[in-house]
Amino acid sequence: MAEFKEAPAGAPAATQVTTWLQNRFPTAFEAYKVHMSEYYAPKNFNFWYFFGSLALLVLVIQIVTGIFLVMHYKPDATKAFASVEYIMRDVPWGWLIRYMHSTGASAFFIVVYMHMWRGMIYGSYKKPRELIWIFGCAIFLCLMAEAFMGYLLPWGQMSYWGAQVIINLFAAIPFIGPDLSLLIRGDYVVGDATLNRFFSFHVIAVPLVLLGLVVAHLLALHDVGSNNPDGVEIKARKDPKTGIPLDGIPFHPYHTVHDIVGVSVFLFIFSAIIFFMPEAGGYFLEYNNFIPADPLQTPAHIAPVWYFTPYYSMLRAVTDPMVNVFAVVVALAAVLAVLKGGLAGKWKVAVLVGAVVVVAALKTFDAKFWGVVVMGVAVLIMFPLPWLDRSPVKSIRYRPGWNKWLYGIFVVNFVVLGYLGIKPPSEIGTLVSQIGTLFYFGFFLLMPWWSRMGEFKAVPDRVTFQPH
Amino acid sequence: MNNMKTLIRKLALALGAALSFGLAASPALAAGGGILWDKFPDKRITDMAALQNGAKLFVNYCLNCHQAAFMRYNRLRDIGLNEQQIRDNLVFTGAKVGETMTAALDAKDAKDWFGALPPDLTLIARSRSSPGQGSGADYLYTYLRTYYRDETKATGWNNLAFPSVSMPHVLWELQGQQRAIYADEKDPHDATKTVRVFKGFEQITPGKLNQEEYNLAVADLVAFLQWMSEPNQNDRVRLGVWVLLFLAVFTVIAWRLNAAFWKDVK
Repeated sequence: MAEFKEAPAGAPAATQVTTWLQNRFPTAFEAYKVHMSEYYAPKNFNFWYFFGSLALLVLVIQIVTGIFLVMHYKPDATKAFASVEYIMRDVPWGWLIRYMHSTGASAFFIVVYMHMWRGMIYGSYKKPRELIWIFGCAIFLCLMAEAFMGYLLPWGQMSYWGAQVIINLFAAIPFIGPDLSLLIRGDYVVGDATLNRFFSFHVIAVPLVLLGLVVAHLLALHDVGSNNPDGVEIKARKDPKTGIPLDGIPFHPYHTVHDIVGVSVFLFIFSAIIFFMPEAGGYFLEYNNFIPADPLQTPAHIAPVWYFTPYYSMLRAVTDPMVNVFAVVVALAAVLAVLKGGLAGKWKVAVLVGAVVVVAALKTFDAKFWGVVVMGVAVLIMFPLPWLDRSPVKSIRYRPGWNKWLYGIFVVNFVVLGYLGIKPPSEIGTLVSQIGTLFYFGFFLLMPWWSRMGEFKAVPDRVTFQPH
Repeated sequence: MNNMKTLIRKLALALGAALSFGLAASPALAAGGGILWDKFPDKRITDMAALQNGAKLFVNYCLNCHQAAFMRYNRLRDIGLNEQQIRDNLVFTGAKVGETMTAALDAKDAKDWFGALPPDLTLIARSRSSPGQGSGADYLYTYLRTYYRDETKATGWNNLAFPSVSMPHVLWELQGQQRAIYADEKDPHDATKTVRVFKGFEQITPGKLNQEEYNLAVADLVAFLQWMSEPNQNDRVRLGVWVLLFLAVFTVIAWRLNAAFWKDVK
């Protein structure tokens, strides 16, 4: 508890009010200092650093528009579709609120994918920021759950059949699968019970967890401080008198005015979509979803919304031959580990036994199940990234030149997988997505080796910054 | 740093190329009725007289069997009609002007007669869009003009854009009757086979309208269907222009404000 202060007699009203508040709620003033006016962030932030604040902006847009949508939406299988059209037609400005929410969902993923990519190229997940990265991965998981369940609510054909297909995937899990999918649906087919529980999760449960994780993500970030494009720890060089990092600058006002530029450009693009192409060519609002859900009529082609399609591609890539490829890879990895790993005798045995068990499991269970596993692991593999990366430097600027190509191919591969996931399956598409899947997993699983290879450049003591 | 920038630029170019390739390649996935869609004359969507004529055609020819259950009669004020005009000219079912456009047809009768409930038409123009093939309006504009006589079908009608459609040609008295001419041609991929190729229509009996008038009438009807799928679409675009103008100015101000703050940062 801070000292109780008295405003000097005859002080202006504003000072008196501030003093009154300071005496009763010093935490708020402390928080403002810690997180805004005296949070020293590196001054060499570039384009990629807009996406964190933009993610927060989109989160606020989704929550506020969501509140207004819930006022008019009816989570009832017989009324849901009509209530969305009611919002679009009869609720004053309802169309704008709805388009903001539907465009916001896609915008959220664009912004978050960019934000994650920034973390990858500048090594923002490396020590001491591992926990920030893990909170971020958890946020991404929540976001996927939130988007998936939200997509059911308009109760159109794609809502319905998309949910049906994805929930059925859970049924492929051995032993517990059928009961698990029944638990998720609350019925034997997607129906009113499913709609109600998805509504509850979408509106209350997941947003609560999401908000908690965002707070943890930011608190942890402000404890250790932001990374920057050079991967230089600015706290290592402080002004001896003030103790302020030499390359740091107060978040407010410098980065806030900077972020406002990012926000206005973002809002320009966001509004262009809302007002001129709210369906975004069928990618943000799928055309089939303007047909009410019909359990008796399966659409010719069911695809998830674009932001899930890279993972959906990997799921579809797991065919029986692909499972054989996995088995060969596991066996080779085990042999290599035994021959070259320098392991003690009992560990060699353990590795071999483990490999035999995995190969047996691969051949025992259905390829569909392994597809689900691959899809899940593709997301979860992001979590251990801080420990997979053994590079001595953080930023790609000081990594070997060929790393830029590797990271570039990683992005192109991810986009290609996403593109293939939108398309109906084809022979060549499956082959490409199988190669893409192997590359995706190879990138992460072989990272402990390749991230140490090559010539690293010397990291400077101070950040590279050209005054404006 | 410069390396990074060129790399990003290269990536963006590759991405753009991949996307445009994807869009160009997508007609391959188009479902149903393998014909090219005619282009709906888009300008009609802002032509009030066309929309009003479309509304008249819609309530006269479509609303008997189909409904537009999310569309209120009094929303037609947005296309320049007043409530009295709506009540006198467009409401045949005894509905109040504040009610939605429900059909006269009983759902059970519909099942018996057509094998299926005719779909609700409120959103039909939005739902029929197909990337690479055309907009929903293009589809409807093509569909309503490509009915032809086919005695092998139960209704005596078939359609080029929607083969074996269960709806008969409701607008036949306007268009008259036409038949489709097919010719057998060599399959370009396999010389041993022949394929049936559509060669054009031949008018059997004339309708009340000649072909040009009929095309215009269908364009009006489709304009109405397109408008009804999102009644405020024209306002949305108008408002959007102002929003973007504001944001463009705001971006410049934000940019200069940022520069003013950062000019002292060394």
